[in-house]
Amino acid sequence: MSIDISQFHDVFFEESFEGLDAMESGLLNLDVGAADIDAINTIFRAAHSIKGGAGTFGFMAVSEFTHVMETMLDETRNGEREVTAELTNLFLESVDVLREMLTAVQQKTDTDDVRIENVRNKLEAMMAGESVAVKAEPVAVEAESVEELKSQGWKIQFTPHAHLLQTGNDPVRMLRELSSLGELSTEINDGKLPPFSDLEPEDSYLSWDLTLLGDIPEKDVVEIFEWVDEDCDLVIEPLAVKRTTQVEENVVELDKPEAPVTATVVEDVTPAELATASEQTDAVVEELGPAMVAAAIDKPAPKAKVASAPAASSIRVGTDKVDSLINLVGELVITQSMLSQIGDNFTPNMLPKLIDGLAQLERNSREMQEAIMRIRMLPISFAFNRFPRLVHDMTDKMGKKVELKLTGEQTELDKTVMEKIGDPLVHLVRNSLDHGLETPEVRLAAGKGETGLLQLKAFHQGGNIVIEIHDDGAGLNEDKILAKAIEKGLVDVNDELSPEKIHDLIFLPGFSTADQVTDVSGRGVGMDVVRKNITSLGGSVEVVSKRGQGSVFTIRLPLTLAIMDGQTIRVANENYIIPLISIIETLEVNSSDIKQVSGKGELYPLRDEYVPIIRMYDVFNLNPEATDLEEGLLVIVEGDGQKVGLFIDDLLGQQQVVIKSLETNYRKVLGVSGATILGDGTVALILDVPGLIALYREPSLALVVNNDRAA
Amino acid sequence: MNEHQVNEALDSITSIDDNSEQYLTFLLGDEEYGVEILRVQEIKGWDQVTSIPNSPHYLCGVLNLRGTIVPIVDLRLRFDMPPKEYTPTTVVVVLKVEGVTNRTVGIVVDGVSDTHNVIPEDIKPTPDFGASVSTAFISGLVTLEDDTMMMILNVDRLLSVEALG
Repeated sequence: MSIDISQFHDVFFEESFEGLDAMESGLLNLDVGAADIDAINTIFRAAHSIKGGAGTFGFMAVSEFTHVMETMLDETRNGEREVTAELTNLFLESVDVLREMLTAVQQKTDTDDVRIENVRNKLEAMMAGESVAVKAEPVAVEAESVEELKSQGWKIQFTPHAHLLQTGNDPVRMLRELSSLGELSTEINDGKLPPFSDLEPEDSYLSWDLTLLGDIPEKDVVEIFEWVDEDCDLVIEPLAVKRTTQVEENVVELDKPEAPVTATVVEDVTPAELATASEQTDAVVEELGPAMVAAAIDKPAPKAKVASAPAASSIRVGTDKVDSLINLVGELVITQSMLSQIGDNFTPNMLPKLIDGLAQLERNSREMQEAIMRIRMLPISFAFNRFPRLVHDMTDKMGKKVELKLTGEQTELDKTVMEKIGDPLVHLVRNSLDHGLETPEVRLAAGKGETGLLQLKAFHQGGNIVIEIHDDGAGLNEDKILAKAIEKGLVDVNDELSPEKIHDLIFLPGFSTADQVTDVSGRGVGMDVVRKNITSLGGSVEVVSKRGQGSVFTIRLPLTLAIMDGQTIRVANENYIIPLISIIETLEVNSSDIKQVSGKGELYPLRDEYVPIIRMYDVFNLNPEATDLEEGLLVIVEGDGQKVGLFIDDLLGQQQVVIKSLETNYRKVLGVSGATILGDGTVALILDVPGLIALYREPSLALVVNNDRAA
Repeated sequence: MNEHQVNEALDSITSIDDNSEQYLTFLLGDEEYGVEILRVQEIKGWDQVTSIPNSPHYLCGVLNLRGTIVPIVDLRLRFDMPPKEYTPTTVVVVLKVEGVTNRTVGIVVDGVSDTHNVIPEDIKPTPDFGASVSTAFISGLVTLEDDTMMMILNVDRLLSVEALG
């Protein structure tokens, strides 16, 4: 009898990825020199089970690769090999390669054989006792000699194949990288460029003749082209003693980061065509998604496979949580049978019993709801545990010294929130590393310790989870931000802004003060997206910063997206729910208190401020029950940092509501964040305060939506 | 039954399966419309809906269908026919709509009438009425056994996100 072992693949992949995570965190904690035998054992065991599993399932490439790692780990474990930074880095790289291989097997895509071969060679070289630096570098493209040639410079002919861009590699980035090695002059050949009508926006047609001056080891040059050597024709020749022919007329200066193709053809393009072309580019970017883009930025240029994430996700739940759930289900069943017994032959004198039973049912279902919510709650370490590696890699690359401190990793939050907060968090951490924390020299000069401190803290506060990102770096530069904001026309020169207001400007779209656009950040897309993502989760993000002392980014998020406390209100015979969290107070108004603005706008003086009044029936186009402000109530709510008063007919009850999406079957409705089902089975809409404010300011937004429909 | 007869019977079954498609028909006034039966999720009676602010007039509102929120479209109003009062006998046909994402949308009709097997070749193209009558949501016409005409609705177009607003 044969067993179809493919049914175990999912479990194998899940366990292997967990094993890799364990290896990664183990490696990052490994102290150079004084290796902790337990840590090495953990890493060894993880590697061993991956090897075993891969062998069983016939993933020979994975198994063979892991075997090499395992052998070295074994030597380390036996004390025959010392733990060096070099070794740890190599292992980390191997973990990456393994993860890539496993992903490729899982999704049945191709692996990047060159990279695997490279890392494997490095591993074998190190195993044979050689230093990585000598032999490890890639089997170079047309490398003429193994010894490092030193010369005046290099002459490079770089002709990408048409599909180069599709592999996720960008010539501009490579050229920029080259220019960082030495003085670079480039000559572009656009001879192969077709007429615009035949132009495939995703193909590359250009080639370059590059001259790189300076005393640069060949391996550095080769390394830049490491990922593309199969996707281009590359000739690297040492520059003879004679100096280069001088720069010709159509030499492109490199610090202009335009995309090469667009840059050359723009002249004879109609705007419409251009628009489509740029739309396509946008579409590509969108398809890749922020995560992919971030990933692509992270590593110089791994062959980007547009990886479709495995569809079904699973969570691991502690057995205690499941056990308590089973107990509760048991109780629920008992309550149910009790109630049906009462119902079977009901007499009026059984009423107290019925009421008792219903109370018990209510308690049961509430407990059950809580228990189920707990299953969805995961410790935030799931989101945090990628940061040690990120910080390790980035500080290496930027020559900074940073200590990462994580606290409150056991703080639990909803899985959905966790998944969505990942990218914004990465962005903020990158930001702190890149812009916030300074290089050791600068730090020493400023009288600070050489090593910067980056702290991630998570804790509960009220019904929220708070995540703080502290760095003791340079802090935000108010002058620079202000200058930039004025330059972009976001604020007026004469505006007097408090430091807090200035700090807040960084969350505006299109804002980046980075002097230089780096690989890491500073492309001007970022903080606004971070804020948008967090707001869409019902949270907020703020920054507090002090020049020279560092910045703290504070993210506040609701614990769960599924349930919230709501206040039911009535407007013109319709019931709506206002999230309790956004209500400040409710009051009756005296018409005499209301101030009119230009005949239309109404303001209510609330203590020391004026609050605009939004008549709900107005923004929702309903037939009003009462139009006199004295006949209804004013609910003061806050959204997007602004207070408004909602004029409603009546307040009904307060209750916990389960949030249901309107978008699943319909669409987003301005002023409504979702819907919920009330006790009687009818649907009530949950109001979205920022949306209402937008609708109030711009009533035509509702019309636009309507016109869209008509079209 | 000998082998030959069995085969013949089987052939006739498979020929039905191969070619014809089943349609559910319903009435709007005197007009008979059809939708692919595989698109019909369920048929239910009229129930109180919750209206959506600033939505087109033909969108009655949303309904709780066992925990999911389902928008309900009044087909009479959608086709600019005179409105009819909702009674407990008013019927809501809940349809599966395919698009970028698969959605569930209900339509209010006067009544469900029948199911018919239709061979695709029998479906005639919709004549072009120009601007006077919008036929964008009708994918074809079929003459039924009793000489009545059924209009096949293009559910995906009729109930697309854009069409619903």
